[in-house]
Amino acid sequence: MIGKLDQALGFHETALRIRTQRHELIAANIANADTPNFKAKDIDFAAALRQALASNGNPAQAALQQTAPAHMAAQPQPDTLHVGHPGGVQYRSMMQGSVDGNTVDMDVERNQFADNAVRYEASLVLLNGQLKKLMSAIQGQ
Amino acid sequence: MSLFNVFNIAGSAMSAHSQRLNVVASNLANADSVTSSNGQPYKAKQVVFEAIPINGQQANGVKVQQVIEDNRPPQLVYKPEHPYADENGYVAMPNVNVTEEMVNMIAASRAYQNNVETMNTTKSMLMKTLSIGQS
Repeated sequence: MIGKLDQALGFHETALRIRTQRHELIAANIANADTPNFKAKDIDFAAALRQALASNGNPAQAALQQTAPAHMAAQPQPDTLHVGHPGGVQYRSMMQGSVDGNTVDMDVERNQFADNAVRYEASLVLLNGQLKKLMSAIQGQ
Repeated sequence: MSLFNVFNIAGSAMSAHSQRLNVVASNLANADSVTSSNGQPYKAKQVVFEAIPINGQQANGVKVQQVIEDNRPPQLVYKPEHPYADENGYVAMPNVNVTEEMVNMIAASRAYQNNVETMNTTKSMLMKTLSIGQS
């Protein structure tokens, strides 16, 4: 029963978690808009979601593939996306550099921030719909 | 990682930018201060920002790493009647560039507003998250 519930809600839970991480990264980009040598970071949402779903909520499995018994398991780091992994944190390619080495483009960041917030709320609405559906199934009205 | 971290990040940026605004205010207020506690004309100050990790995560907050003094030479103004004039009649005025400071002030205020906006958006997202399952 709990497994079924988890299955029903797991997708949106994962999506929300990655949206939160992306939200945080973009907020950090906006906060560091005037910090010298700061490089703007972001994640590829589709790749990150695919990776998180493939690993069944255990990011360590997705980060390292073990093809021989002697291979070491990856250190589980449930809440961190790593720089360089597909679906991990990546540096944004810059449109126009600034003299102080900062690559934050405020227009891009504001745009992505608003986009991410709306999609987060969309996920919430879908999740609410799913819950409502389950409730009506339970109550049978 | 959670949405609450965003408050720390945006908050750190807001305090850094208000410190920058403080420095701008000090520079503008002292644009005509011919002397100071060390006997020298006032020197313009600038803040240096630094990205700091918040709770050991990928996302960074901001900190004012140091406040530096502008090393440009003082502006010499010819005022032979001034008590601080040198033997040629020139007074060393502070090296504050008022135009630069005004631009700096607008940039700091806009950056502050951006972070307030970030906080507001995050807050509304959190409030909506809290109401999951309540129809």
